Amino acid sequence: MKPAPFDYLRPATVAEALAALADGGDDARVIAGGQSLMPMLNMRLVQPRLLIDLGRLEELRTLRAADGWLTVGAAVTQAEVLARPTLVEEVPLLAAALPWVGHFQTRNRGTLCGSVAHADPSAETPLCLVATGGEVVLRNAKRRRTVAAADFFLGPLTTVKAADEIVECVRFPLARRGSGHAFREQSMRHGDFAIAACAATVNGDHASLAVGGVAERPTMRSWPLVDGRLPPDLDGALNAFAWDLGGDDDQHATARYRRDLVRRIGRTVLEEALSCRR
Amino acid sequence: MTATQTATQTIDIEGVSPPPLAASPFVGRAMPRVEDAALLTGVARYADDLPVKPGTLHAAILRSPHAHADLLDINFAAALAVPGVAAVVTGADAKRLAGAFLVGIRAPMEHWCLAIDRVRHVGEPVAVVLADSRYVAEDALDRIEVRYRPLPPVTSISQALEEGSEPLHPAVGSNLVNSRSFRYGAPEAAFARAARSVSVEVEYPRNSCTPMECFVVLADYDAAEDAYEVLSNFSGPFAVHPVMARALNVPGSRLRLKTPPHSGGSFGNKQAVFPYVVLMGLCARVAGRPVKWVEDRLEHLMAATSATARRMRIDAAVEPDGRVLALRMEQTEDCGAYLRAPEPASLYRNHGNLTGAYDIPNLTVTNRIVVTNKTPTGLNRGFGGGQLYYGLERLMNRVAAELGLDPLDVIRRNLVAAEAMPYRTASGGTLDSGDYRATLEQAVREGALDALKARRDALRAEGRLYGIGYAAVVEPSISNMGYITTVLTAEERRKAGPKNGAQATASVAVDPTGGVSVTVASAPQGQGHRTVLAQVVADVFGLRFEDIRVNTDLDTGKDAWSIASGNYSSRFAGAVAGAAQVAATRLRGRIAALVAGQLNCRAEDVRFAGGKVFSDANPDNGLSFSRVAAAGHWSPGTLPDGQEAALRETAFWTPEPLKAPTDADHINSSACYGFIFDFCGVEIDRTTGALRIDRYVTMHDAGRLLNPLLVEGQILGGFAHAVGTALYEEYAYGDDGRFLSGTFADYLVPTACEVPVPIILHRESPSPVTPLGAKGVGEGNCMSTPVCLANAVADALSADGVDEVPSLPITPAKLAALIHPPEPPRPASAAGSEETPPPAAVKGGRGLTGEGSREVPATPEQVWAILLDPKELAALLPGCEALDLAGPNAYRAEVVVGIGPVKGRYTAQVALSDLDPPKALTLTGSGTSALGSGSGTGHVTLERTATGTRVTYRYSASVGGKVAAVGGRMLDSASRLLIGQFFEKLVARAGGAEGLADSSSLLTRLLRLLGFNR
Amino acid sequence: MPPLKSTSVLTAEARHAVSIVLNGTPRTGHAHPRLLLSDFLRHELGAHGTRVGCEHGVCGACTVRIDGVAVRACLTLAVQADGRRIDTVEGLSQGNEGRMTALQEAFRRHHALQCGFCTAGILMSLTDYLDRNPKPTEEELRDMLSGHLCRCTGYAGIVRAVMDVTGRTVREVAHV
Repeated sequence: MKPAPFDYLRPATVAEALAALADGGDDARVIAGGQSLMPMLNMRLVQPRLLIDLGRLEELRTLRAADGWLTVGAAVTQAEVLARPTLVEEVPLLAAALPWVGHFQTRNRGTLCGSVAHADPSAETPLCLVATGGEVVLRNAKRRRTVAAADFFLGPLTTVKAADEIVECVRFPLARRGSGHAFREQSMRHGDFAIAACAATVNGDHASLAVGGVAERPTMRSWPLVDGRLPPDLDGALNAFAWDLGGDDDQHATARYRRDLVRRIGRTVLEEALSCRR
Repeated sequence: MTATQTATQTIDIEGVSPPPLAASPFVGRAMPRVEDAALLTGVARYADDLPVKPGTLHAAILRSPHAHADLLDINFAAALAVPGVAAVVTGADAKRLAGAFLVGIRAPMEHWCLAIDRVRHVGEPVAVVLADSRYVAEDALDRIEVRYRPLPPVTSISQALEEGSEPLHPAVGSNLVNSRSFRYGAPEAAFARAARSVSVEVEYPRNSCTPMECFVVLADYDAAEDAYEVLSNFSGPFAVHPVMARALNVPGSRLRLKTPPHSGGSFGNKQAVFPYVVLMGLCARVAGRPVKWVEDRLEHLMAATSATARRMRIDAAVEPDGRVLALRMEQTEDCGAYLRAPEPASLYRNHGNLTGAYDIPNLTVTNRIVVTNKTPTGLNRGFGGGQLYYGLERLMNRVAAELGLDPLDVIRRNLVAAEAMPYRTASGGTLDSGDYRATLEQAVREGALDALKARRDALRAEGRLYGIGYAAVVEPSISNMGYITTVLTAEERRKAGPKNGAQATASVAVDPTGGVSVTVASAPQGQGHRTVLAQVVADVFGLRFEDIRVNTDLDTGKDAWSIASGNYSSRFAGAVAGAAQVAATRLRGRIAALVAGQLNCRAEDVRFAGGKVFSDANPDNGLSFSRVAAAGHWSPGTLPDGQEAALRETAFWTPEPLKAPTDADHINSSACYGFIFDFCGVEIDRTTGALRIDRYVTMHDAGRLLNPLLVEGQILGGFAHAVGTALYEEYAYGDDGRFLSGTFADYLVPTACEVPVPIILHRESPSPVTPLGAKGVGEGNCMSTPVCLANAVADALSADGVDEVPSLPITPAKLAALIHPPEPPRPASAAGSEETPPPAAVKGGRGLTGEGSREVPATPEQVWAILLDPKELAALLPGCEALDLAGPNAYRAEVVVGIGPVKGRYTAQVALSDLDPPKALTLTGSGTSALGSGSGTGHVTLERTATGTRVTYRYSASVGGKVAAVGGRMLDSASRLLIGQFFEKLVARAGGAEGLADSSSLLTRLLRLLGFNR
Repeated sequence: MPPLKSTSVLTAEARHAVSIVLNGTPRTGHAHPRLLLSDFLRHELGAHGTRVGCEHGVCGACTVRIDGVAVRACLTLAVQADGRRIDTVEGLSQGNEGRMTALQEAFRRHHALQCGFCTAGILMSLTDYLDRNPKPTEEELRDMLSGHLCRCTGYAGIVRAVMDVTGRTVREVAHV
């Protein structure tokens, strides 16, 4: 289990990285924390000709809350975000979900942007980005574009990111007053990929539930609050959502179990989010 | 589940508590280990840390992506051309220079270290690349082209038993390769007179203990002497040494096998490195250079070894009070693709204790062995015991349930009585010591069962799902090397000659400074053998613990060993430590005889204590041990006439009660038997189905405890494995034979968050069989705990009226399926606005299947023309780079397919068949790449409509090899996406893409088209 | 992590100099770009105390500290470690005048290891973790330990050892 050969570049600037990426095309890949990419390299599932290391670029170490957004640069680790004292006020959903991402040791190196670019359908960070209505900032040598999280993920390991683009940063909207958030997931063991992960937000007059691990990508549905309460036929709504998410059987859980979790944990997190509005 | 408990017993650890009196023996004390300093500071050397000879080549193994296929052709020219590659070794080399492995039953099945003309499980070695580094060797692996012709895979016990299943070994003609029936006592009469009969049917899954260190082999071949020298972290039994030597076509003396000073766990599994010892020996011979191979984790999970899967049915003849008069057992064992030595030992290891801890005098047994297209099985902690007791203890639980009795009372009424010890079991075992009933009552008392019952009642009153389970088992240790011949008939055994025994060896020597060293052939993998042996021998000589130096490296070219040597069947404490005591005691006796004259006493009055040797009558006039012991080296001339120097003593110890099977098939399969009684409380979460172990009490009588600290470690470790077996771990295979558990994210080893700490209780009934009175202790919980947890689950579910227990591993999904009401139907509105129902992706017998339908604005003839045009077909196939005609409607395609960054280059065979223009056809494709194998079949029908054509398709697809093993979680959705791409393009080519709603990308459009992801 | 100078492209075919500070001592070795840090430490520099158990980042046996932070050496390239401080199990006693640290001693006392193959990684995680969280609860500790697989001990001795050195007691049976 050893990687296939590749050239390695540690650029001094993002511009240099992007130029190399433009040259390398489909045969080049960027690495930051490497916690998703390295296992695939070791197993030779991915065999780039050129690996471009973003890990030490100061330009990509942005971690700041401003103008209504928490911006997390491509080189910022999950551990650094989790250690941010104000995170629980800024993006409470992320604060609740990040401890579920991998383990202490992988969070020390893994980045949020890497997880988003990897687009594992069960991963927590993409789910949070979708659930909060976040954005992905993509950049290539020529331009920068911003894609809503809901439009970014297409399927397993598949996103709208072009081969010459990097995820420069992701942006989570700062929690508004009066909003509520809750996160729960069911996995086989602590730290495993979720069988189903549910992230609920209550914002203004809407309640939303985003689900990871069931469909091919994190998927959200919203319902209007009725007299400040969850919709009266929430069970029916969750059932319809669960069926639309579908899900697959794998060796650990059935599609039906995943849908069951959407119905049951979905209700729990929506109720929690409603009751913890601040 | 979180761990919320801790062991309540306290162990006084030496160095923490006040130091014991100098005179008190070390045996029985919780000595910290001599092994630990090296392990904790990183200086310990495991096999992969040892220096290699100059010029050593590194091996990488090409493995079959298919479960079952004819091996047609291997082309490795491109691999040989990779700079740094020295050789490529294939089955042809094996045929030329090696032999097939011996098989334990009489059946024409051949197993070679490399596949010859057929592959029979995913991961079977097909070729080896030898190169300057492992990295380069793996580069070259990707360049070997192998042609296979897939055969129908056999993936379950029931399928193997079907008449029409494809025989794995055609010469055997059937996948049922052995069947034997046994009858003990008068079972028919007992069933006839019994009040009623109770039955269970259970299946035990495949899993293994997955040591943290994988296999390592360093091999060298000496052409001048036609001799092999191999270092490997092999764990024994060394009964496999003759199997290896024979496969290398040399006598045992020309296969010098060494083991490293440290080994990173085994739990039996490292027995299964032996085919690789032969394979790397072969490689060294072919390459003419030393070879090193380090198994990686994917290789280990996919193809190293597994516990057997077993299907078991037991009927019990029972009295109204729950007493069991007779058992009728049917066991069917899945040994995987080959019967690899020492299999079918898993099935026979417990033959002498088939009735467990119970006094059941009448028994019939039918044992069947089947082969399947899965990894060959082998030693694994609990070896056969987990399987047996899962059936037996579920049965005892059912007896209670069906008779309306307390399960604990049923256990109590059937336990072997203390007065009956030593107790001869129906099948010939001799339970050597113990008071099972008193032990059970002690556990009930000290483990606070009453309080647990009160807790269950209180929680149930709150509507919670809580249950209590029990299990009582005997834990066999020190295997009779002859038990395996029980699989042969008495007639066959007479021809082969009797086999029995379990010799342990130990050598104790004194050096010229008076230091004492101990050498054993026990091949430890972390159990602390060196510590315990130092305790034992220090006591014999009255020396300090640190005066004894123990060496557990083994070198079959120099050390004393026998077929029973090695680390398995919990034989260390009873057999090996015992043999060391015997050797040390003999050496002490010889020293005493030599020094008696000097001390003016008889030899039997010489005492050894406190580093001194003295006469019992005159303790103050002692000689120092070191001086006495060293005299044999320095001044042999001073020895009394006719006396040899007492420098070294080697003991071979054989447990007396172990005889060969009798003509009536009675066999005492182990030298001693410990007793375990467990009970536990579990809670099942009504929302998620997650199970939490609330309290676990495990009571052991393992005879005399040599080091309580290490005994506790063994119990905790066995318990952790058992929790994995019960709740998490399984080597999962698809119905098409693909392997799905290739990473530690798929094969789920419990972590610190999943393993609670059990309450451990002890009772000590010394074994009359072993020198120190000790019995094995390390495997018991792998036998008792899975079924104890299952019985607790049964109890919890029974409160909800559910009368079944899911198969192991008992996952939240399986529990939820039992406790959740039927799934609410899909609401009509959820079908969305699409005109057609979304394709139902269902798992069929052959992998992923699905179907879909779509209207296109083109005539059937136009669509047909697209499908039949090679240029168009090339454009439709995902990632197609070249498509060449290979025959009528048959093509050879170069495709690069994958999802996201994961891509493999496949050379695929594509064919169109069942042509019914312009209405229907079948499209098939299959190919192999370094990522694995893939195949698919699509049936396309074209139906003329008012506005064009309705294209309907049904497909099945199968993916195997590496990508399935490591990507199982996303395999279905990824396969579906790829197949969807084909039909999406077809629809688009036929003009169907027009008029679609705007979407942000081709793929989202595609997904929407196919009915996913709305 | 400090910014370091960029590289020109390191070609796949060549071995490139990689300099690290290993347990306080500057060391230089050579590595192809694809060489894993775990292999570099073990086979290039001979620091074999770091073990390799899965090479896909789950088992934790290869955990080392890079600039003080516990990470998987199998998920790091040697060239990525260039210029970094790497601490491995061999350094623990070196930093303690050649004696085992209190944590190592506690592991020994509490039988927190058997085969020892996972131990180095666990010790390296713990040294980072306890720097940041000197008195974890048992639940917090187990959460952190879930990034390591141990097949021998059932984790009980490991938990006891850490609780012992941090001056906390292991939870007693709560329920019955």
